Amino acid sequence: MVSAVMSAAEPRAVRRNAWLTNVNAWLLLLPAIVLLATFTHYPILATLYHSFFSLSRGGASEFVGLENYTYMLEDDVFRQVLRNNIVFAIATVPTSIALALLMAVWVDKKMTGRSFLRLAFFTPTVLPMIAVANIWLFFYTPDYGLLDQFLKGLGFSGHNWLGDPSTVMSCLAVMVVWKEAGFFMIFYLAALQTIPPELKEAAAVEGASRWYFFRRVTLPLLMPTTLFISINALINSFKLVDQLVIMTKGGPNNASSLLLYYIYEVAFTFQDTAFAATLTVTLIAILAAVALTKFVYLDRRIHYQ
Amino acid sequence: MSEIIVNAVSKTWGGVGGVDRISFKADAGTLLVLLGPSGCGKSTTLRLIAGLEEVDSGTITIGGRDVTHLSPAERKISMVFQSYALFPHLNVAENIIFGLRVRGVGRAERDQRLKKVADIVGLSHLLERKPSQLSGGQRQRVALGRAIIAEAPVCLMDEPLSNLDAKLRHEMRTEIRGLQQRLGMTMVYVTHDQTEAMTMADRVILMRDGHIEQNGAPHELYNEPASDFTARFIGTPPMNIISWEDGAVLGVRPEHVSLVENDGVPATVKAVEYLGADSIILCDVKGETVSVRQTGYCALPAGAQVALGWQNRHIHLFDRDSGKRRAGSTLPR
Repeated sequence: MVSAVMSAAEPRAVRRNAWLTNVNAWLLLLPAIVLLATFTHYPILATLYHSFFSLSRGGASEFVGLENYTYMLEDDVFRQVLRNNIVFAIATVPTSIALALLMAVWVDKKMTGRSFLRLAFFTPTVLPMIAVANIWLFFYTPDYGLLDQFLKGLGFSGHNWLGDPSTVMSCLAVMVVWKEAGFFMIFYLAALQTIPPELKEAAAVEGASRWYFFRRVTLPLLMPTTLFISINALINSFKLVDQLVIMTKGGPNNASSLLLYYIYEVAFTFQDTAFAATLTVTLIAILAAVALTKFVYLDRRIHYQ
Repeated sequence: MSEIIVNAVSKTWGGVGGVDRISFKADAGTLLVLLGPSGCGKSTTLRLIAGLEEVDSGTITIGGRDVTHLSPAERKISMVFQSYALFPHLNVAENIIFGLRVRGVGRAERDQRLKKVADIVGLSHLLERKPSQLSGGQRQRVALGRAIIAEAPVCLMDEPLSNLDAKLRHEMRTEIRGLQQRLGMTMVYVTHDQTEAMTMADRVILMRDGHIEQNGAPHELYNEPASDFTARFIGTPPMNIISWEDGAVLGVRPEHVSLVENDGVPATVKAVEYLGADSIILCDVKGETVSVRQTGYCALPAGAQVALGWQNRHIHLFDRDSGKRRAGSTLPR
C-alpha cells in the first residue's frame, strides 16, 4: 500500500523538480544572456536590418533591398581593402605561427637564460598596439628612422617605407608578426609541456632522429594548438587596425587600408551609416565563415588528447 | 649471446640519489628483476642500461660490445615504459611499427611482422584503434608489441604492470614471462612488487639506497636473506625480526612459527587476519610484533595468551648494527 501511494505522488514531484531545475538554470544564465543580447546579438541584427535601408540624412530611410550590397561590390575602395586584408592575412598568419613555433621549441629546451628569453619573446604582446605602432613608426621614418640609419650605414639611400604603396603593407605585416608571434608562442610552449617526455625517450630507443620525432610526433600533437592559433591569427588580421590610425591612416591611396578601418572611415568620417552597416555585415559573415570552418570541418580532422 | 654486464657503474645528480658503483650480470636469455623500494636506484639502473642516462663512471656491455657511450638506438634494445609511452595520435598498428618506419623497413616486411606480433600480443582486432580507445591492459599489450617487433635481443621493462589492476597484473605477469622464454630475450625488469619479482625472475637483484643489497635466485633471497632488509622486503607477510641476545636480531618466517602447548615464547594475540586458505595471527612479544601463519580458520580472540615455538633450522640471525647475516645460524641456547 505504501508503494502505491508513493507511485501516485511520484510523477508530480518529479515534474515539479524538473521544472525547478529548469528555472534555476535559466536564472543562472540570465545575466550573461542579457549582456550578450544587448551588446552583441541585438547590434548584429540591427546592423543587418540597417544594411537593407537607404541613408536617412534628416528624412525617412526607405527599404532598398540589396542596393547597398550591389553598390559595395562595385566600390573600388571596398575591393582594394578586401584584397589588402587577404594579402595581409596571408602574409601575417603563417609567418607568425611558424615564428611562434620556432621560438617555443627553442625556449622549451633546458638552458641558461631560458626565462629571460621567454620574457623577451613575450614582451611585444603586453605592449598596447598603439605603443607598438609608435615605436615602429620611428623605425620606418624616412632618413633618420632606425631602418634607414642602418641601411645608410651599409651605403643604401633613404626610403619612405610607409609612404610608398609598394612597401607599406610589408612594413605593417612585419610589425604585426613581431607583435603577435610572442603571444602565440605561449600557447605552443604550454602545449609542448603537455607532451610526456617518455614519448621522446621511446622514440630515441627506436632510433628516431630529433627531426623525425618533431615531424611525426610533436607536430601532430601540436595540431589542436596550431588550429586554435591560426583561427585567432586570422580573426586578428581582420580585427586589429589600431596601427593604421597611428601610422598610415590607410594610405597612401588606400594601399594599407583594411576592411575594419574602411568601416570606421565610412561610419565616422563619411557618416554613411547605412553603407557602414553593409560593410560590417560582410565582415561578420567572413569571420563567421572562418569560425564555422573550424567547428564543422577542421575539428574532425585533428587529434585531440 | 646478448648478456648484459654492468661493471662498477655510478650515477648521481649532484651527489643526490642515483646508484653507487654497482656491478652485476644478466645472463643471455634470462629474466633479471631489479627490485627495491622507491628511490633505491632500480629505475636509474635500467635507464643507464637503456642509454637514457649517461653513466658518471663504469662500463656497460651488451652481448660483448661496450655500449657505455652509445645512444639508446645503437644499443639494440627495446623498452617498455611505466606509462607505456604510446603515441596518442597514432593507431595501434602505427604505434607498433613506429620503430620499423624509423629504420625504413619496407612495407611488405612491416605488414608481415605487424601481423605476427599482433597475433602474439592478441591485438589483431584492435589495430585501427587509438590508444585513448583502449583499456589499460590493451595499452600494455601495444607497448609490449612495440617492444618485441624490433626483435632486439634485449628488452628492458620499467614497472610495466604498476598501472594495472590486480587480476590483470597476474595475467600479464605470466604472459610476459612466457613471451620472454619463447622469444629467448634477455630481459631486465624493474619492479617494487616482490611478488612480481619472485614469480617471474630467474635472478633477483634487491637494491637499496643506490647499492645492491642482494643478488640471487628468488629462492635464495627467500631462504637465505643476506640482511635483515632483504628478510623484511621479501615475503608476505615479511619475516619476523625480533631482538635477540648478543647484539643480534633473530628472524623467522611466519610459516615457521607455530602455537605450542608449553615451553614456548609467551605472547598475546593482537589480531587475526583470515585469508581463506590460511590465517595470519599477529602476536605481541615484549613490545614486538610477530606474525604466525596457520592453515585454515583461526578463532583466537584478541588478548588471548599463547606460546610461540619454532625449530632451530628455520631461524636466521642478523647483526643488529650492520644488519648483515651471521654465519652459522644455529641458536646459542
